[in-house]
Amino acid sequence: MNKFPLWLNTLVLAILLAGCLFALPNIYGSVAAVQIADSDGLPYEEEQVAAFVRSVENVGITPEAAYIQDGRVVLRFNDKNEQGPASDHLRLTYDGQANVAATLAPKLPAWVRDIGLKPMSLGLDLRGGVYVLLEVDMETAIDSRMKGYQQSFDDRLRDAEIRRRVDLDGQTITVRVTGPQDLDAARDVIRRTDQDVLIVDGADGKSLTVSMSEAQIEARQDFAIEQNITTLRNRVNELGVAEPLVQRQGADRIVIQLPGVQDPNKIKDILSATATVEFRLVDQSGGEPGSRRYPGRDGEPAQLLKRSVIASGDQIIDASAGYAEGQPQVNITLDSAGGENMLRTTMNNVGKPMSTVFIETRRVEIPGQPGEFRRDVSEEIISTATIQGVFKDRFRITGLTPGEASDLALLLRAGALAAPVYIVDERTVGPTLGQDNIDRGFNAIKIGFLAVIIFMAIYYRAFGLIANVALLSNVVFIVAMLSVLGASLTLPGIAGIVLTVGMAVDANVLIFERIREELSADASPQSAINSGYEKALSSITDANVTTLIAAVVLFAIGTGPIKGFAITLLLGIITSMFTAIVGTRAIVNLIFGGRKLQSLPV
Amino acid sequence: MRIISKKTSIDFLSPVRRKIALAISAVFVIVSLVSLATRGLDFGIDFTGGILLEVGYEQPANLEEIRDSLASAGFVDAQVQLFGRDTDVLVRLPPQPEESATAVRDQLQATLEAGGQNIDLRRMETVSAQVGSELAERGALAMVVALLLIFVYVMIRFQWKFSAGAVAALAHDAIFTVGFFSIFQLPFDLTVVAAVLAVIGYSLNDTVVAFDRIRENFFALRGVSAEEAMNISINEMLARTLITGLTTLLVLIALLTLGGESIAPFSIALIVGIIIGTYSSIYTASATALVLNVSPQDLIEPIKDPSLIDDLP
Repeated sequence: MNKFPLWLNTLVLAILLAGCLFALPNIYGSVAAVQIADSDGLPYEEEQVAAFVRSVENVGITPEAAYIQDGRVVLRFNDKNEQGPASDHLRLTYDGQANVAATLAPKLPAWVRDIGLKPMSLGLDLRGGVYVLLEVDMETAIDSRMKGYQQSFDDRLRDAEIRRRVDLDGQTITVRVTGPQDLDAARDVIRRTDQDVLIVDGADGKSLTVSMSEAQIEARQDFAIEQNITTLRNRVNELGVAEPLVQRQGADRIVIQLPGVQDPNKIKDILSATATVEFRLVDQSGGEPGSRRYPGRDGEPAQLLKRSVIASGDQIIDASAGYAEGQPQVNITLDSAGGENMLRTTMNNVGKPMSTVFIETRRVEIPGQPGEFRRDVSEEIISTATIQGVFKDRFRITGLTPGEASDLALLLRAGALAAPVYIVDERTVGPTLGQDNIDRGFNAIKIGFLAVIIFMAIYYRAFGLIANVALLSNVVFIVAMLSVLGASLTLPGIAGIVLTVGMAVDANVLIFERIREELSADASPQSAINSGYEKALSSITDANVTTLIAAVVLFAIGTGPIKGFAITLLLGIITSMFTAIVGTRAIVNLIFGGRKLQSLPV
Repeated sequence: MRIISKKTSIDFLSPVRRKIALAISAVFVIVSLVSLATRGLDFGIDFTGGILLEVGYEQPANLEEIRDSLASAGFVDAQVQLFGRDTDVLVRLPPQPEESATAVRDQLQATLEAGGQNIDLRRMETVSAQVGSELAERGALAMVVALLLIFVYVMIRFQWKFSAGAVAALAHDAIFTVGFFSIFQLPFDLTVVAAVLAVIGYSLNDTVVAFDRIRENFFALRGVSAEEAMNISINEMLARTLITGLTTLLVLIALLTLGGESIAPFSIALIVGIIIGTYSSIYTASATALVLNVSPQDLIEPIKDPSLIDDLP
């Protein structure tokens, strides 16, 4: 009685060893390091590591270790003071080719790295950094799409030689034709331009109202969010932050986590900047329909500009800041569509003026109405130049200050935001608080753990010691699973582990108390063990499933700190059930199983 | 070792004691609700939105001086308090218009630094009022959903009278824990919501373990009244209930004393909740089931599918 088959014992041992292995990377601690990522996002190869090492050795710094992690080169330093000079040097040397970020890297031995093991990552509250929650302005995303429709309907109707007036009012476009005879043709043209828009006939019999369908609006919003995430990711990479996180949250939010960043102001402007440019021809005749007067900035004269856009910021694939004749400028490269359009326009308009419009969107709270916002879009001409000759996808823009030129270049290079974003939640944790939180959290785990272990050993004697082994492996399993899942450990997460330690003994207590009951009902020691485990099983399962429900709800609905707590609680419940039901049973069976016993040390 | 003698036979559920327990529970819940209605909760910026700075000074901070310098810089509604240590100061401001939030925070930081001392900026949070109210909504939603799912689970595993008992006990624990934060005006933030949910999970754990034994005894002890069977069950589980409560309290006290100021509210919520949860799993849950006239017959499963009977030889 009370013997596990060999395979079950082996399985328990194998699981324990696997747990130890996966938890192992967490004991090494971390050191100052520099992380180098290719600007174009290509993974580095093993052969390229040596070049970076030689580069820092040139300035007298020898990395303690150099290797590739997830396609990025990591250089580790023994001395924290070497990190700054090394990253500065690399940044200068590889400007434009690589993004260099100062970071902390786990001090893993090569063999641990080689089998792909990683320690659990620490949350921002433990390592310090900036958390930003951005809200995407969906109205603007829709508005800009509607403007696009307005222009393309107008163009296509002109091509079809239909006399019309195309007006945009909010999110509906009204197309007016001269009479009912043109209505069907106009409807056809619009259908051919976009077959999904909703078209409603006007009451006057000579107009059409066009709006986006629900599905189109949804698709547009999804596009805006995804596009913004890509752009923000690019911007964050340009800033040189190691292990940034850019993630969608819900329908219209984006979370950004920047570990190690200390100054939120530096990055915030770049994150929420909407600055972009448009190129338009000057309306020299002064009377073309749709032409609009744009103000000039800083002494630049105002101009009447044509409605059609030659090229806009989202068609720019590369941009770099520089100087020409002492003036700051941004060198632009357009994508093929933008380039074609630019070629066609410049060919037909040599000698005519073209303006560069600088556009920025801001959200301003309406005075006296807290929580209500209006959008302020500033559109200013930064330069107007005469088209000297035909050009296509490469040219430059001027009329900016040096700071604006480099910011604009970064923003254009990283891509424009499809819709403006606003910061709704921002949290910064300094490095000293992070370290404090780590120290305090681990202290609490240590002391709490010790108290429980001593109590259990005194109260349940040998069985208490067995429960303590289970408790210890429980913590190892939680750490191992967090490491494998790549979930980050936060302060509430540590609290979750502490709580689990307290609660994990419950399953053991249920079993041991049951064994005691069986013994006092004069059962033999062997059958007391057997029925103790068996009868406690249903209580343990019911009790844990209900707690599991609470943990799952927390995980699903909760945000931020709640999620961090829920994940360790969830893992803790699962591991504690395993260790109590199977783990301690294996040990109990090994020690007591199949022997003649007079009493049990419980 | 044992903390209680081998076999206890305390009459937990005698009609008199049940009435006393009911009265105590009623007082707890009413006081909590009254306090929640009149005093409300000291919501953290997670829920209200606003600006928060935690700064560390080299020497013990002079709060009056900080308040004065902030007030003279125009921050009249700034709340300044010590945070855990006498060198740590927490400054809170109500929500600011979005555009000015950053500026206000920068100025606040400059004002604090102008005091002459070197300060270490430990934490900085700017939460908009809109996000705050959303977090509050989600917290409340989580609680309701958890209670609902638990009700369903217990109903499937036991029976609706037990479900009602369990949920009554949980609601009792949750209301009292939140009420405790209202009565003593302790800071109520997101981690406290997590703690209250953990309390629900824990208390339920206790309740279900007791129910499990009650179910077992309903079948094992034929001819015994429901009240008596429940009493026996609670006595049998008493050692386990107390020991698990004790070990959990041990780690929570470690967390409260060593874990630092920012998770203190979390620890307090759990400590309060676990004490009250232990009490409620003994009294509230079983007493509610008794009020609903629970009997062993309730747990005898009817044959669900009559067609099965026909197939029997």
